[in-house]
Amino acid sequence: MKAILARIAQSLGLILAVIVLNFSLIHLAPGDAADVIAGDASASDPELMAEIRAEYGLDKPFIQQVAIYVGNVVQGDLGTSIWDGESVAGKMADRLGATALLAFTALVFAFVVGVSIGTIAARNPTSALSQGITVLALFGFSMPAFWSGLLLLIFVAVKVDFFPVSGNHDLDFEGNWFESLLDLGQHLILPALTLGIIFLAQYSRLSRASMLEVLESDYVRTARAKGLSERSVVFKHGLRNGLIPVVTVLGLQFGVAFSGAILVETVFAWPGIGRLAFDAVLRRDVPVLLGVLILTSVVVIIANLVTDLVYRIIDPRIRVTGGVNV
Amino acid sequence: MSRDSHAAKLLALLLALALFAVACGSDDDDDSAAEEDATEVDSGTSDEEEAEEEAEEEAEEEAEEEAEEEAEEEAEEEAEEEAEEEAMTDEDERAGGTLTFAFVSALRHLNGTVQSGYATAVPGTQVNASPLLFDEEYNPQPYLAESWDVSDDGLTVTLNLRANAVFHDGEPITSEDVAFSIFTSQANHPFKAMFAPVTDIDTSDPLTAVISLSEPHPAILMAMSPGLLPIIPQHIFDDGQDMKTHPRNAGDDFIGSGPFRVVEYDPAEVIRLEKFDDFFLDGYPLLDEIIIDIVPDPNTAILGLENGDYDMISSPNAAATEQFEGDDRYIVEAKGHEAIGQIDWLFLNTRSEVLSTVEARQAISLAIDQQGWRDIVQLGRSSANVTGIQNASPFYNGDATNYDRFAPEEAIELLESVGLGDGFELDMPATAAMLPTAEFIKQDLAGVGITLNIRQVPDFPTWAAEVAGGTYDVTYTQVWNWGDPVIGVHRSYDCENRIDPPGVIWSNNSWYCNEEVDALLDVAGSTFDNDERRDAYFEATELINQDAPIVYLGKPDWYQIRRPEVMNPPTGIWGFMSPWHEVWLDG
Repeated sequence: MKAILARIAQSLGLILAVIVLNFSLIHLAPGDAADVIAGDASASDPELMAEIRAEYGLDKPFIQQVAIYVGNVVQGDLGTSIWDGESVAGKMADRLGATALLAFTALVFAFVVGVSIGTIAARNPTSALSQGITVLALFGFSMPAFWSGLLLLIFVAVKVDFFPVSGNHDLDFEGNWFESLLDLGQHLILPALTLGIIFLAQYSRLSRASMLEVLESDYVRTARAKGLSERSVVFKHGLRNGLIPVVTVLGLQFGVAFSGAILVETVFAWPGIGRLAFDAVLRRDVPVLLGVLILTSVVVIIANLVTDLVYRIIDPRIRVTGGVNV
Repeated sequence: MSRDSHAAKLLALLLALALFAVACGSDDDDDSAAEEDATEVDSGTSDEEEAEEEAEEEAEEEAEEEAEEEAEEEAEEEAEEEAEEEAMTDEDERAGGTLTFAFVSALRHLNGTVQSGYATAVPGTQVNASPLLFDEEYNPQPYLAESWDVSDDGLTVTLNLRANAVFHDGEPITSEDVAFSIFTSQANHPFKAMFAPVTDIDTSDPLTAVISLSEPHPAILMAMSPGLLPIIPQHIFDDGQDMKTHPRNAGDDFIGSGPFRVVEYDPAEVIRLEKFDDFFLDGYPLLDEIIIDIVPDPNTAILGLENGDYDMISSPNAAATEQFEGDDRYIVEAKGHEAIGQIDWLFLNTRSEVLSTVEARQAISLAIDQQGWRDIVQLGRSSANVTGIQNASPFYNGDATNYDRFAPEEAIELLESVGLGDGFELDMPATAAMLPTAEFIKQDLAGVGITLNIRQVPDFPTWAAEVAGGTYDVTYTQVWNWGDPVIGVHRSYDCENRIDPPGVIWSNNSWYCNEEVDALLDVAGSTFDNDERRDAYFEATELINQDAPIVYLGKPDWYQIRRPEVMNPPTGIWGFMSPWHEVWLDG
């Protein structure tokens, strides 16, 4: 319990550090946020510029700006968008679900398919199939998400009517909740596939390597010697242990998937946090950008924390040894 | 055909027969009369009888003419009725449907009285009405104002509003709303020239707005275009809040005066508009719904059109137009948006020591292969535009002195004549989007000994601040005419529009000043006589071109790509920035 509390405290400290770091990085970037707020016709008015700087705290010393911002964030106030005046927290809340759905679906797809093909490859590591899977994994890992997304759009979405090109619902959709769910699923396929391909490559390689090690272990040899079927040996005895590192990585990568959705959401016009961030970068909408960065960082930190805690639960060795590898 | 029409035709036929009979009889009678006359002469018939006969003949002729006229009128009325019936049938057939539109722009809100730009105007003109529309010859047409008048001295403009016009919440649109909208624009809109001379608006008659001007202002009618003066509801907005950040500038509850009303507003995803049943033009709009899908990536819009998700897309790039041209499934048309009058050009900062010399500026123009730029960088989808007034404007002087000819030898001679033959350096800030042009002209300038130092800046606001502040030598930009030269052209040349740093972007950023030009622009901007305006603009642009403060690279074609089923598309001078109330879908 002490270790868990310490871990939580560390995470909170890390979140605070992330907030300060993100704020600093954005404000150190070239360009003047006051110019953006003023718009293209008002920059000549020094009084207006002074008002803007005062309103947004841009006239205060940097350290004071940081302190004010951190204080606001702690109270749940992420500010308002420079672009349209809406609450940053509100904008993110509207889009969080879409990104979470996309990231979760992509990871589940990547996990299931990646582990499956990795396990297949591990059973015959020198076969042509195994080599092919390795090459495909490398290919998938190397492809930038925006490029694979565009390829899927051009060669799949346009050619096959079933796949929509953009958004998460048909523009003229009308139907009940179930039909809405199907429509959503239909729109989810290609973006999730695009995002999942990268992780699929990782999981297939990781599970292949892990299973190779597991299948050579003593207890697996014993299981075979007992006369158990190969299916039972692999899936019942081998996979459960072989999955541990994969599950660990999966938990850690939820945050990565969350942040990596930016390009995929832009290509597919998926209305999520990633697209919000993309628009904020183009518009230099600093409050929104900061809000997205903080949210993403928090998700990554929490995902790591949860993974760590779950790992302690499922692997008794960690509880006993305090995480030291024995 | 109605019963009355049958009766009328029968009556006309009977009359015709009667007249025919009478005519035959009259001939006989005439003959008889002649004989009688002769006889009378011979037999001595009295003058009274002759007079009576003549009177009868005249009466018969009159009756015959009246009958013919009546028959013609009835035939015309019948033809009109039939035409109306046919038209109504066509409208019924045209009515209905949902048009989907991919919009690649960043939308802030829907209130065009405080915000300029294409992104606001395209959806804004669907939900807001303006006093006037404009036809393809730039002539004003009735819209919210069913008629208007400009006084002989040009100091009073009277708008007569439609009595049946209401906002989306049912409140009537009155002259007070017009006044409120104009004064809001005057105070907040970036284009100060539009309503600067407005001093007062008489709203004593709710259907008449009498606008008083401090001086004749010919641009004021064009300033009442859909994208420039939306009429917004005073009862919603006049609550003391800052108009630029007013919470009712956008949202599902936006109240406008246009042919469509907002039903769903998500500026990052989709804007849904539905037909406003009480729109002041009876029978319009024809569409039931417009879905404006906000798409961040132009490629996604293009793919969506191919996939059948969209009926039209906005602002296709040159590559997209090439892709769709020749494909029968789409119509690719460089029509519409002429009034926007975008000109791509290079500002030359005349405050710079080298560029203060007119020969140096002329040499730079001659050194750049502007046609080559249009062919290569713009993929041939740009036309020559040799002045700051766009080439579709009635005030465009295509014969003005210009340097739109690739003549590096001539450029070198000019530079040598002013002691710049050894070359010099120029600084050019550029955003990422400007780099292709920057690299192109860098090569051309190198050919005459000019070194162009391209300095990439991180974003548009940074670039704008540098140009507005004068910390540049050369820079590339697009400037829009916005319909009337007073609105979008004068600002680049007016001596008084040289604004000290930090300055304003798209003002007189070249820091150019020629008082003779100013006088001519004043003349052109203060008379409603188009001939006088044209003469003044012709002379002004000639002088400007001789001074060469700006290199006019070209005027890009604005393309629309749509499915053939989109009928009566918005291809007028304002293009998508005009109401789509007459657009309909075939099938």
